[in-house]
Amino acid sequence: MIERITRRRIIASLGAGAGGLLLSGCDRIGRSAAFEAVQSSAQDLTMSMQRLVIDRSALAREYSPSEMSPVFRTNGNTMPRSPAYQAHLASRFTDWRLLVDGLVNRPLALSLDRIRRLPARTQITRHDCVEGWSAIGKWTGVPLRTLLDGARLRPEARYVVFHCADDFRGVPYYESIDLIDAFHPQTILAWGMNDRLLPVGHGAPLRLRVERQLGYKHAKYVMRIEAVESLAGIGRGKGGYWEDAAGYQWYAGI
Amino acid sequence: MSADAPNEEVEVEVTAPLEPRGGDVVYRHRWPTRIWHWLNALVIFVLLMSGLMIFNAHPRLYWGEYGANSDYAWLQIGGNRERGYLRVGSVEIPTTGVLGHWIDSDGKLQTRAFPGWATIPGSYDLAGARNWHFLFAWLLVIPGLLFWLWSFLNRHIQQDLAPKREELSPRHIWRDIQNHARLRFPTGPAARNYNILQKAAYLGLLFVLLPLIVLTGLTMSPGMNAAWPWLLDVFGGRQSARSLHFIAAMLILAFIVVHLVMVVLAGPINEIRSMITGHYRLPREKP
Repeated sequence: MIERITRRRIIASLGAGAGGLLLSGCDRIGRSAAFEAVQSSAQDLTMSMQRLVIDRSALAREYSPSEMSPVFRTNGNTMPRSPAYQAHLASRFTDWRLLVDGLVNRPLALSLDRIRRLPARTQITRHDCVEGWSAIGKWTGVPLRTLLDGARLRPEARYVVFHCADDFRGVPYYESIDLIDAFHPQTILAWGMNDRLLPVGHGAPLRLRVERQLGYKHAKYVMRIEAVESLAGIGRGKGGYWEDAAGYQWYAGI
Repeated sequence: MSADAPNEEVEVEVTAPLEPRGGDVVYRHRWPTRIWHWLNALVIFVLLMSGLMIFNAHPRLYWGEYGANSDYAWLQIGGNRERGYLRVGSVEIPTTGVLGHWIDSDGKLQTRAFPGWATIPGSYDLAGARNWHFLFAWLLVIPGLLFWLWSFLNRHIQQDLAPKREELSPRHIWRDIQNHARLRFPTGPAARNYNILQKAAYLGLLFVLLPLIVLTGLTMSPGMNAAWPWLLDVFGGRQSARSLHFIAAMLILAFIVVHLVMVVLAGPINEIRSMITGHYRLPREKP
């Protein structure tokens, strides 16, 4: 977007004072395509530097039960409104199936009961919201690796997409991670939280835990896991609901 | 630069080299200092203002590893339709009109913590503020490391900033505090060197505040927590690191305010010129 600098605009800006000039300048710069490109390369730099210094299998810190938050707040959507989800909730997810498909050789449709009987991992980890707060909770679930191995990921798969039951004004929530995080030992689909079944507010029946990234990556109400080669064509192509809707960074390790 | 070889050249200076006097122009700031200064003048303001926007997303600070709405916040900025306030511990300071309760450029009442004139972007945009913050963080860290390296190698830190033994005596420090309080600044040749309070301020910024703010920033990154878990131990947890990051930012802001006041008091044109061209006119001795 090219904005013509007119005399009137300059006078108006001067009238707003030096601070105002700086500010409106920053906001205008922030919206320009060239600056977005600069910011996007800074994001790439941050991600590659982090990937460089963080060992692929380096674990997020795990805490002891005494270090857990007394109250683990909910946020985002806390009750999906779709009739399909409501029906599953009413029947305690007995007829519900998790789909694992896309670039896999053996698509899966797993019942919650089946998922709970798979070998589980329990971890007490810290959940960091992009807004700044943190809460420590205990999560129990099946490692994503188990499901991806069971579905036999095809070699061209590069990302794993989580399609969710919740939505914001009709736009469905989704998230995506790359295979480094997908196969990380702490990346689980949690069905239990704090020694109980995962509550609806925290994403029942299944919620992704991807412990080395911020909270918005931890998709709740996961209905379908899709392996893809590219994120283009899903949502608006930026890899997640918040990435599409508000420009949040796809890599949320920082 | 050619090394002097005093044994071969028998060039005795007839008159002893003149000590510069008040009114003389001396070369004071080398180019890396000047470039780094003006880069920081921009970078630190963008970081501060985008940081305040990030703070606005959750205007509460905690100690320890976790901290969210139901946990005790040692600092909080809040507001509603009637008033705004800053609460530190159990002390509540009314901030209506500035923090937690302010009028935006469209004339609408806002109840976010820091007002639009203090934040980048000017209206609520956490994702945008994070983009600004992480881009400019690189512009703080990389030139900062280069400046560190350069200043050690050419002995700028050892020669100009490291306090001399006699400067560290309580009496000397007390006298310098008195001189500052009376706004009595050094003149003539004495003005070529930094005084002990200046040295403390610059060393504190270079070796305490800047490393603190960078490392506490990294401690808030869940990715870096996995890579360098010792960061969490050093700062006492992620929420402590977030509190320390905010405190360090406020101390840097305080440094800038004092710095600007001192520039104005010491002669803004001479001071600013010295940071642009490197040349500084020594203040004349007072009769």
